[in-house]
Amino acid sequence: MSDVVVFLFSSSGPDRATEGALGAARNLADSLGGRVHAVLVGASNEALMRASAAVADAVLIADDPALAEYQPEACLAALVQISRMISPRAILLGNDAYSQELAPRLAHRLGGSATGDAVELAVDDGRIRARRPVYGGKAVAVIELLQSPAVVWLRARAFAPAEARDPSGATVTRLAVDVASAGGPRIIERAVEDAGESRLEDARVIVSGGRGLGGPEPFRDLGEVASLIGGQLAASRAACDAGWAPPSWQVGQTGKKVAPGLYLAVAIHGASQHLAGISDAKVIAAINIDPDAPIFKHCSFGIVEDYRKVIPLLRTQLAAQKK
Amino acid sequence: MNIIVCLKQILDPLIPVRDFRIDPELRAAVQGSASLVTNIFCENALETALQLRERAGGKITVLAFGAPSAEDSLRKALAMKADDAVLVVNDGNVHPDPMAVARVLAAAIRKIGAFDLVMLGRESGDWGAGQTGGLLAEELGVASVSFVDAIEVADGESHLKLHLKRQTDTGWERVAAPTPLVVTVTNDEHNVPRIPKTRDVMMSYRQPLAKWTLDELGIDAAAVRAGGDYYRVVDLSIPVRETKCELVSGDSLEDKVSDLAARILQVTRAM
Ligand SMILES: Cc1cc2nc3c(=O)[nH]c(=O)nc-3n(C[C@H](O)[C@H](O)[C@H](O)COP(=O)(O)OP(=O)(O)OC[C@H]3O[C@@H](n4cnc5c(N)ncnc54)[C@H](O)[C@@H]3O)c2cc1C
Repeated sequence: MSDVVVFLFSSSGPDRATEGALGAARNLADSLGGRVHAVLVGASNEALMRASAAVADAVLIADDPALAEYQPEACLAALVQISRMISPRAILLGNDAYSQELAPRLAHRLGGSATGDAVELAVDDGRIRARRPVYGGKAVAVIELLQSPAVVWLRARAFAPAEARDPSGATVTRLAVDVASAGGPRIIERAVEDAGESRLEDARVIVSGGRGLGGPEPFRDLGEVASLIGGQLAASRAACDAGWAPPSWQVGQTGKKVAPGLYLAVAIHGASQHLAGISDAKVIAAINIDPDAPIFKHCSFGIVEDYRKVIPLLRTQLAAQKK
Repeated sequence: MNIIVCLKQILDPLIPVRDFRIDPELRAAVQGSASLVTNIFCENALETALQLRERAGGKITVLAFGAPSAEDSLRKALAMKADDAVLVVNDGNVHPDPMAVARVLAAAIRKIGAFDLVMLGRESGDWGAGQTGGLLAEELGVASVSFVDAIEVADGESHLKLHLKRQTDTGWERVAAPTPLVVTVTNDEHNVPRIPKTRDVMMSYRQPLAKWTLDELGIDAAAVRAGGDYYRVVDLSIPVRETKCELVSGDSLEDKVSDLAARILQVTRAM
């Protein structure tokens, strides 16, 4: 088969990530000469269904009550069953934690090969290849998946949305899955940390703090700067590891991959693993006391100065100049 | 609690970009002046295991698959107070794909014996595939939970013996899980790896350390030496990224910050 399945968790979207995933699926299916099956997993989501129908050839809805809230083993069992029904050449997922958790196991159960964090997909003589950052963002590799199906989780926002078509062309089917017997680990409590107005991935302006802040309190001051420019707070791994910011604020290779119009890095060194999370930011600006900090090689403008002197003045200046 | 922690030795991922080189033929990084270190997430896993053992008792075996030099990672783990160490020596010179690694680890774990918990880092600082944990769980036929940062043993008689805290995109979840189980571990303020005492580092070199060959494990050793048949790296390159940073201008700090504020507002207003 040359079809492509894209699994979308219906708890999110439609957003730039689901658009990117659908766009990637469309392109890949066109290169393979196959069809796109968009599979919506979880409670029903009308808007996501319509967005999917405008790109995919078939929309499949897996809204079994057991899938309404993510449980790893049940979800994995469902994805395996659905994949076997369709026998696709490739299976695409997003970059969210659940997709990352499931993708390798899904590939293993289907006898396929997986790779992740893909920023580009290509078909070369029938073989599926994914481009992905490696070595903490210091290099880029092209991975050729040797077994079929190819299972790829995508840095979905890096992919262009597909051109929308007449949604009435797509078939919409509800899928029955049998996941009642899936035992194993169970999620018994869920907590959402306050990240501000929107998800960091969707934030338009981000003010991010690093280890150079020296403690948790300065994040409050950064919060005031952020609110003056409609921004949200984020942090480096070092600041998260120190307990100054919650883990869900971490930006980087193993944190959020963000794409704001402005990313203001305060007392962040600019390690490649941090930069790996902000490569899609339009403008990066930095406040750092060290003129040799690598962040200055990656930003459009910046100031070499102690943040403790800059931030209070910046607050006043932003407030004054906004008028 | 019988815990196995898998450790991977890698090139120091914190070397500056200017010192990073690759061999385009081998499609791998060149060691150059970089030292070899234990992957940070593997150390987060070991730290989480050590804390679990402090509360629940048990035994921690550290397991590495790698070049002979990976013994150093295991010695350091012993100095951090892991109980036992096993090195499966990789005598091939191709970086094995994650499925090949998972098969080797699974075979070694079967040889080690019964376990309650296998712990790995969520991904490595070199290739960062983020797959070994999930693939290993499937090889062993047990469930897995990813992005864990803390583990407790639950009270009571439930078969869901473990309570895990794990990170999600928006916060965290608590997971009740049976044993045996595979978990991948991510970083958190509470599992920053401890620094071993100098005395324990010296002692660790006197502790026994098992070394197994690929051929001893009853797997297709030739396939592993060839890198595996799951995926292949067909290209590796260093991206060229150049941005010219303009430092703000002004005679006084006030002037400079005023310029900074103006530039920030110029960007946000254009959005
Ligand atoms: C496998 C792996 C994955 C990783 N994933 C991530 C990730 O996802 N995200 C991430 O961020 N990191 C990640 N890291 C860690 C990364 O390599 C760096 O260690 C981390 O980003 C450093 O954080 P930092 O810049 O805040 O701290 P530091 O490197 O300590 O830098 C602090 C900076 O603050 C500046 N400073 C100090 N005082 C002041 C002052 N008063 N005023 C102004 N500036 C000041 C200093 O000049 C310095 O540049 C990862 C590492 C590995 C190995």
